[in-house]
Amino acid sequence: MELRKNYFADVRKDDLHEIGQPRPRSDSPGHVTGKTAFFADRSFPGMLHLKMVRSPHHHARIRSIDTSEAEKHPGVVKVLTAKDVPHNVYTILILIQIGPEDETVLADGKVRWKGEAVVAVLAETERAAQEAAAKIKIDYEVLPAVFDMEEALKPGAPLVNEYHGQNYYLYDSGECRKVRFGDVEAGFAGADHILEQSYQSSPIEHAPTETTGCVVAPEGNDRFTCYTNTQAMFFTLDNTSIILQMPGSKLHFVGGTVGGGFGGKVDVIVEPIAILGAKLTGRPVSFVYSREEEMQISSPRAAEKVVIKDGVMKDGRIVARKVTGYTDAGAYSRHSPYGAQKGAGHYPGPYTIPNVWIDTYCVYTNRTPSSAMRGFGVTIGDFALEVQMDKLARLIGMDPLEFRFINAYRDGDMKAHRQPTEGAALIECMQEASRTANWPVAEKFMAMSSYRKGA
Amino acid sequence: MAIRRGRGVAAINYPTGMNLGGDPTQALVHSTPTGNFMVTLSSVDLGQGMKQIMAQICAETIGVPTDRVVVDTADTDTGPHCMGTFASRGTHRAGNAVIQAAREARQVMLEVAAEELEVNASDLETDGQGNILVKGAPQKSISIFDVALSAHFKRGRSISGRGMFLIPRSYPDKETGAMKPSTCYAHACTVAEVEVDDETGEVTVLTVKNVFEIGRALNPKMVEQQLVGGSWMGISHALYETTEPYYPNRDHGGTDFNQYLMPGPGDLAQTEIIVLERPSADGPYGAKGPGEMCANPQIPAVANAVFDAVGVRIDTLPITPERILRALKAQAAN
Repeated sequence: MELRKNYFADVRKDDLHEIGQPRPRSDSPGHVTGKTAFFADRSFPGMLHLKMVRSPHHHARIRSIDTSEAEKHPGVVKVLTAKDVPHNVYTILILIQIGPEDETVLADGKVRWKGEAVVAVLAETERAAQEAAAKIKIDYEVLPAVFDMEEALKPGAPLVNEYHGQNYYLYDSGECRKVRFGDVEAGFAGADHILEQSYQSSPIEHAPTETTGCVVAPEGNDRFTCYTNTQAMFFTLDNTSIILQMPGSKLHFVGGTVGGGFGGKVDVIVEPIAILGAKLTGRPVSFVYSREEEMQISSPRAAEKVVIKDGVMKDGRIVARKVTGYTDAGAYSRHSPYGAQKGAGHYPGPYTIPNVWIDTYCVYTNRTPSSAMRGFGVTIGDFALEVQMDKLARLIGMDPLEFRFINAYRDGDMKAHRQPTEGAALIECMQEASRTANWPVAEKFMAMSSYRKGA
Repeated sequence: MAIRRGRGVAAINYPTGMNLGGDPTQALVHSTPTGNFMVTLSSVDLGQGMKQIMAQICAETIGVPTDRVVVDTADTDTGPHCMGTFASRGTHRAGNAVIQAAREARQVMLEVAAEELEVNASDLETDGQGNILVKGAPQKSISIFDVALSAHFKRGRSISGRGMFLIPRSYPDKETGAMKPSTCYAHACTVAEVEVDDETGEVTVLTVKNVFEIGRALNPKMVEQQLVGGSWMGISHALYETTEPYYPNRDHGGTDFNQYLMPGPGDLAQTEIIVLERPSADGPYGAKGPGEMCANPQIPAVANAVFDAVGVRIDTLPITPERILRALKAQAAN
């Protein structure tokens, strides 16, 4: 790595004592010698292990659940179903008034994706819990499922989630989050070329070294300490308080040392049910995802579809951009309504375009609920935008890097969501890329600056 | 049939933080009797080095070496509120809170030192080595060790501070979408060079040259670890990873690292990282949040390089050998 200090030297102080210094990390020796304590290093006498019984169907009605054989299995201490969860229907963003509550801690009457949690088994050993889980008998009536976002949005598609009533998230702006800037149709009408292209991604796993989990210990004073690898301590505590209808003062969360998150540990999944298990048994409880659960049960990055329509001039100016984004939330919201909205705030990318139209949809399907992941709402959009930029440049016979200079945003430029650009540095990144990669561009582009005089 | 070479470019920006529900983080700082400083948070270190960076920010602000600062996180009984570590917000939000808390603690520390030295607190400065000096007369000084002892046992002062950083909630306008979705933006431009085997569809990423603008490299070694890791993840997203290889079909999902494809060490490109620093107006010492954006530009850069190499567009991720071969077959048929 190299720091190029010649850029922006006029606005930067480089004479600090500790900032800018490559100090060794104080936690590195512990990490590399195996001495750092993670949540799973906590073990308590009498600790129970929790295993989930999961739906084998993508969409089904639950006719009946028979736990009697499992309860007799040696080592089993407690079996939990929906009726044991005080506030079973929840949604994590309710903390900031983003509803409706649309997901069950343990399935109640219906499952909406293959892998959904239905019954929790608590036993003396992991093996006993696993064996007992296999003895739970659930009678399902399989229902038609929908996996494709376009199919899900068609009239007459199977309804994924009754709490929404339709297969998309209803924003205050309607069926999608909207951004309207300038007159996009007039922009297309005046353009030399129009290019409309569609881009698609598939779900992606966070693949942290340490799988999602927690260990809960009752403190004997009606308080519960939860050792967890959540990425958000109070967010998890406050949601747990709602789900368990337990005052926050009874909950003590300890964490902060996590073996990789990448956004995969901001859903509140393992903690409430583990704390409930500890409360109902009076024993410590461990609930840790297997690698299979981490890969197929925990929320992945959403699959997205992005349709971009651009109007471009022969001289390289993009005069109109329309983006329609679809985020596949799976069966439940989790963070997806926000992810789709974040995309609306990100398009049309770091370019100054006078006419912009954005619609972003959060769509429900019968698959593993997706949620936040590194680059949430942006990563797949950037893939689509930057491949589109390459296609546009080639369409008008222009060098792809020079084409980006022509459209790059600079200080003071108004963005489509009506914030003025501040602290821009796209042009300087491209200038340095031109030098480093030996990708020459015209001198006038190398003389450009993100600064504007008087801005 | 041949190995064909191509290169592609992509340029991006990325927002720091989120606006959804308001974006707050708090911090507390206090000194021990011998002049070490504790930073108390509930922020989560995901392995990226949050604790180390908060220690350096606190040390810079108070004016002591970093090894005099200990970060205690994350215990909800003791640590003040943090929204969490996501949305590239950790360093920016918690860093600002730590600066505010450390400034308040520094002010008390200078007041106690002023009493000991019988000067005005405004005439004092720190040397960054653990001493407080009179400006213009550095021979007149006192160690922070002695100041802390005095505060605890003689003057009855608490060298401590409270920090709070809040970005208020922004509600998008229903009709126009006018909103303030985040604060400062980080930037990147990546050039990727690939080889594509047009017989097997296999892509080899030869080089990835990344230029990242991140506001301020608070700790350049830690910046490097995060940016290199992100660059690898971008290549992995471009060419390998998915839990549902035939999406929207639910079948064939990997359940372990034998089935879920990711690049191994031998598949990683020669990676170059160049960092530019345009300090942000609202960041801690100008820092922006580069944690997420550093994994984004490689994906389109690789996609564009594949097109440059073999003349087919793969607009569906990941860009697998199967997709390339099918596209080449379709191209030949036309």
